[in-house]
Amino acid sequence: MWSFFHKLGSPPWLYAISGSILRWLLPLTVLALLIGLGWGLLYTSPDFRQGNSYRIIYIHVPSAVVALAGYYVMATAGAVSLIWKMKMADIAMKACAPIGAALTFVALVTGAIWGKPTWGTWWVWDARITSMLILLFLYLGVVALYEAYDNKAAAGRACAVLSLVGMVNIPIIYKSVDWWYSLHQPASIKFTGESTIDPSMLYPLLLSIVAFYGVFTCALLMNMRLEILSRESRTGWVRKLVEAGQG
Amino acid sequence: MYFDTLSAALQMEGHGIFVWSAYVITALVLVWLLLSPRVRRRRFVARLAAEQRRNQGFNPTEAEGSNAPGS
Repeated sequence: MWSFFHKLGSPPWLYAISGSILRWLLPLTVLALLIGLGWGLLYTSPDFRQGNSYRIIYIHVPSAVVALAGYYVMATAGAVSLIWKMKMADIAMKACAPIGAALTFVALVTGAIWGKPTWGTWWVWDARITSMLILLFLYLGVVALYEAYDNKAAAGRACAVLSLVGMVNIPIIYKSVDWWYSLHQPASIKFTGESTIDPSMLYPLLLSIVAFYGVFTCALLMNMRLEILSRESRTGWVRKLVEAGQG
Repeated sequence: MYFDTLSAALQMEGHGIFVWSAYVITALVLVWLLLSPRVRRRRFVARLAAEQRRNQGFNPTEAEGSNAPGS
């Protein structure tokens, strides 16, 4: 167990293992995306009330779900780097922020586009949507804060604190549709009890969610690899890698 | 496929513009997420390789004679 943690803290090991994970995870993710989104977009029947506009669910829900999950990853990595001063956790936290921001952006934009034909408006300042907007600002805040410091150790600490404080927003997003009156519908997929979505729509949605998790993981590993290389560019193992024409 | 023709799939009974624009925006963001770190890493490695070649080409005895910094 401890040797695993030691390996996890070793840049060359992490660089090598993430490379071999990406070799099969990336094509698998692209395949799942194409099948999941193509299935939802073209092969499901329209919703009886919303018609075809509901097809946006296959990108809106996965991006929102993974944007939220990504925040857990970022805050956890931030906590680990604060407590144990683990460099790789700092790198993971930094790598999460732009991905989370991009996915939150997708969730907000697709939600707005879905809102127009369904609610008759692009935007409402209700609890769910506003708290998602705050999530976007938290992610962008971490990106900006990291860039604002010249001292990267201080930048890492500041970002870790910001991401931990921002955790308070996560349960608000989850519960917003139950706590406040909202245009946004409550969750259709439930871990306990019956889901309020037909199986013919549920399966492509689940596949899309898995695919978006894959996108997050791949992008996270790739961002981390770039960061590892740039931080370790003066070390022997990176020199050897570059000499060998790999990287 | 649910739609009979390509134009039916594009129009989606009036919702096509919303659905397709949402999918296109999402696709662009996903492509950016998956391609940009790869491109940036390639560029970074190429820069490192060029740097290393320069340093290897650097001959200390020659440089002493010419006394030119950064030659």
